[in-house]
Amino acid sequence: MPRSTYQRLLGLIGKLAVVLILGFLVLPAVVVTIAAFNDKAILSFPPQAWSWRWFAKAIAYQDFRDGFRNGLIVTAWSSTIALVIGAMFAFALHRYRFRFKKTLEAVLLSPLVIPHFTVGLGFLILAAQIGWNRSYAVVIACHVVLVLPFVLRSVYVSLRNLDQSYERAAASLGASPLRVLVTITLPLLVPGLVSGWLFAAMLSFNEFTASLFVTAQRTQTLPVAMYNYVREFADPSMAALSVMYIAATAALIVFANAYLGLGKVLNIEQSR
Amino acid sequence: MNPQPFLRTFTAPAVLCAFGFLLALAAVLQFSLRAYVPGSLDPGGFTLANFTDLLKPLYARVFFDTVVICFLTAVSTLIVGYPLAYALVRTQSAVIKSILLVIVVTPLFLGEVVRTYSWIIVLGNNGFINSVLLNVGIIRQPIQFMFTTFGVVVALVHVTMPVMVIMLAAGLSHIDRDYQRAAESLGAGPIRVFLTVTLPLSMPGVVAGVTTAFAWTFSAFATPQLIGGGRVNMISNLVYQLGFSSFNFPFAASLCVAGLALTIVVLSALRLVARPLENIGPH
Repeated sequence: MPRSTYQRLLGLIGKLAVVLILGFLVLPAVVVTIAAFNDKAILSFPPQAWSWRWFAKAIAYQDFRDGFRNGLIVTAWSSTIALVIGAMFAFALHRYRFRFKKTLEAVLLSPLVIPHFTVGLGFLILAAQIGWNRSYAVVIACHVVLVLPFVLRSVYVSLRNLDQSYERAAASLGASPLRVLVTITLPLLVPGLVSGWLFAAMLSFNEFTASLFVTAQRTQTLPVAMYNYVREFADPSMAALSVMYIAATAALIVFANAYLGLGKVLNIEQSR
Repeated sequence: MNPQPFLRTFTAPAVLCAFGFLLALAAVLQFSLRAYVPGSLDPGGFTLANFTDLLKPLYARVFFDTVVICFLTAVSTLIVGYPLAYALVRTQSAVIKSILLVIVVTPLFLGEVVRTYSWIIVLGNNGFINSVLLNVGIIRQPIQFMFTTFGVVVALVHVTMPVMVIMLAAGLSHIDRDYQRAAESLGAGPIRVFLTVTLPLSMPGVVAGVTTAFAWTFSAFATPQLIGGGRVNMISNLVYQLGFSSFNFPFAASLCVAGLALTIVVLSALRLVARPLENIGPH
């Protein structure tokens, strides 16, 4: 039948398009991996000889080491603070009515569309005025604001998917609101909380533009250190670091997908 | 019994956070209205001079270029992202779905610097594409991708892809498949079903995706800075240059304020244009 040949052809074209687009998405990662194992300091394709030495150099480079450590400090604090603030607010947002609810929600979600350089400049000026510039506090505060929308969304989605009859059952059996919250609601929310925290941590660790404004030499995070390196040097150490970065990130995403179900977290499961 | 236990406790930290953020934005607004004192980090008295300076052709040009780059990026990302979002939502295989998800989502968390650096290696004169084309003999001279708007847009499309696909997929996944089945049973072919049923019903996702891609591109700094190399400038690059090369923070702040106003105007216009499209769906 001509109809089915036609449909098969369409399906084939569709699949080809998807494969090409996936190729576009992974091309930089593949190319940077080839470059990282190239023995020569100058970029050349295909490489003449292979080596691990750029990995050793990247790991030994002091600015990368400091940036990694500073990044971990900033990320640990900011993602945890954002998780606590975001989870509590998502709960209030989902369950309660209160004054200025919409306004407060809009303000806290606005960092999604406000350019990071504007947020960074704002925190820089603010910090300079109260003498906090060069401190971790301003970097952490800035990151909390930037990652909060992602925690809010993640926790809100799991609150919406939560079956409230468990909570009502506990309450009707005489459990206090606090007891219901701690023994029923919180355990049921764990996947949403973990994914919200994981997203917040990964975004904070990789945040660059605002960090460039609010970090000082002493508090420089890894993306800022990498940016400075790319501007000054051209050897493949940066490629080696990128490969480690890509591998670690992909591993975390695979983990998140296996244990938390990314489709559910991102709210993209087919409804019917 | 209190019907809303913990209300105060749960909203107080969020209020504090919102307050701090608004203070930071207010600081930008305040600085944008202050005079620049050369050689000093402290601003002078109140003035509107920063905003009148913005009208100079040099700055107007950067604003224009920024909007063009954001628009090109958002539209290209939509065209490239749609098939992927469609495949992600409609595939029956859990394995393919997982693979697609991981490939789409991972770049979101790689950060702008790693991705921009990777694109420099792909697009540079000694880079991957030029080396391959030279070796195969298709070209004799390397093609200049670096320092061009094309190169910047290609890298920016890659940067905004994950969020676009996620937004489109969210829109597509909430479409009731019965509409499609009804059209099919009435004899509509696959292209007709897509154009008259699926595409119109996915408009909310399209609008959300384009809006977010536009805003994210506007926010990009490392990509235009490193791939544009000073020859392709966006507002972000100008803000950084003014702030950290000439310490003219008041003028940098006025650029931020004008940029924010521009984003709001463009996004509102987009919403307005898209409203009739969003209402195509079932009532």
